[in-house]
Amino acid sequence: MAYSEKVIDHYQNPKNVGTLDKLSKSVGTGLVGAPECGDVMRLQIEVDHNTGMITDAKFKTFGCGSAIASSSLATEWLKGKSVDDALKIDNMAIVEELNLPPVKIHCSVLAEDAIKAAINDYREKNGMEKIKFEESVVH
Amino acid sequence: MLNLPIYLDNNSTTPMDPRVLEAMTPYFLKHFGNAASRNHPFGWEAEEAVDYAREQVARLIGADPKEIIFTSGATEADNLGIKGVYEMYAGKGNHIITATTEHKAVLDTCKHIEKSGGEVTYLQVQPDGLIDLKELEAAIRPTTILIAIMYANNEIGTVMPIREISAIARKHGVLLFTDATQAVGKIPVDVNKDGIDLMAFTAHKMYGPKGVGALYVRRKNPRVKVTAQMDGGGHERGMRSGTLNVPGIVGFGKACELCMLDMEEDTKRISKLRDHLEKELLKLEEAYVNGSREHRLPHVANISFKHVEGEGLLMGFNKNIALSSGSACTSASLEPSYVLKALGLGDDLAHSSLRFGLSRFTTEEEIDYTIKAISETVLKLREMSPLWEMYKEGIDLNSIEWAAH
Repeated sequence: MAYSEKVIDHYQNPKNVGTLDKLSKSVGTGLVGAPECGDVMRLQIEVDHNTGMITDAKFKTFGCGSAIASSSLATEWLKGKSVDDALKIDNMAIVEELNLPPVKIHCSVLAEDAIKAAINDYREKNGMEKIKFEESVVH
Repeated sequence: MLNLPIYLDNNSTTPMDPRVLEAMTPYFLKHFGNAASRNHPFGWEAEEAVDYAREQVARLIGADPKEIIFTSGATEADNLGIKGVYEMYAGKGNHIITATTEHKAVLDTCKHIEKSGGEVTYLQVQPDGLIDLKELEAAIRPTTILIAIMYANNEIGTVMPIREISAIARKHGVLLFTDATQAVGKIPVDVNKDGIDLMAFTAHKMYGPKGVGALYVRRKNPRVKVTAQMDGGGHERGMRSGTLNVPGIVGFGKACELCMLDMEEDTKRISKLRDHLEKELLKLEEAYVNGSREHRLPHVANISFKHVEGEGLLMGFNKNIALSSGSACTSASLEPSYVLKALGLGDDLAHSSLRFGLSRFTTEEEIDYTIKAISETVLKLREMSPLWEMYKEGIDLNSIEWAAH
């Protein structure tokens, strides 16, 4: 299967690979997927408490090229967004941007799940209630 | 000189040897006759060529030419051998013994037989990929008619103890079928010394053309018969109807002859390259060989690089190196290799595996390039892997509750 150029570019030059201090109150961490499924994504956001803006985002991913590209793209989109706007990121937008084939849609779902999990982790750390998300359908 | 891309997926298929193509060419144009045409020189020439190829094929496996049934490939030979025995020996029993690591052509044939009322025992394999001979013997029932165990595995290269298996089969009066697709032409296979009653193999795994294979069917001690699965003109002694693929068969014969001539030298050179590749790649942390290293084809290595996903790994170099992975990330099921899982490997290690299949044409430069490219990609992806980070921090990955999706 041939990959799209954008997937190849993210794979070869991934943006924002790294680790933020998961103990910091301003950092939210989302860890999704499972090793036995062949993909695990860890996505972290750093939030400015005063403005509610995401100032930094990092990821590490165990998975195929599409999973790596989806998480790399997600961190690019997250930086500079407000937490509220970050919640609006839809997996299908990732599918479109990266031109993912149907068998790779689950990679984008995983990225969306990782964003939501990171936001909830941040909320929980800061005394806010976790947001309940509907189960994603495409898995 | 290094030519890219490098082909190291020779368990899938091998390139043809130019000498094979040369032997085939006249049979497309000048000698195009039908081997079954008995009344003119075109037919005679074709028949003569097929007879000669049949001898070449038979010689490689120590068989009589009359025991070779040409087919379209190993899948058809697997079907004909197993279904053919099941139907022919229905009066004797309906039980077949096979193993979980067989090729799909054998497993799905057995499933088909189960649906039509047959009984099949699927033996588990040990962590090294070999079956337990005691388990095999214990699985034999009065109704057992066939043991179907592959000679060598296509994913891990593990070579089964065929002589011990055939001794057990003989002792109990059960026929032995073996799918020897990966073994024939690569290691010495002798149907008499090995005690094989039926054997499937194919040309395109041994530098021959695609679309032609064979089923060996023993004619003496005991005389084995199979029920035809393809009805028609009664070719191949009634066991496989259909006009013979003359150029393909000629190429198959030539490929067998070359394997016989070159096997010793090829094996020496290829296994040295394989061992070098393996030794260098095992210098990486957390890299493991899958399957037995002792009982193994000389040109195969299957290695897992822990905490790196196989398909992601391939993407790092698959423009320049052709390999396959036990990760089935591209398949709809998302299930990793059932062979690796049968060894008792966790899904994570199965997802992290690469299969190397070297060939007669593999060079030292290619192996050196491959070692470098893979090592670099593994290191790069581990820097990107959350699992690697956790492993390095001493976190037990099994203690984490993964949200399986």
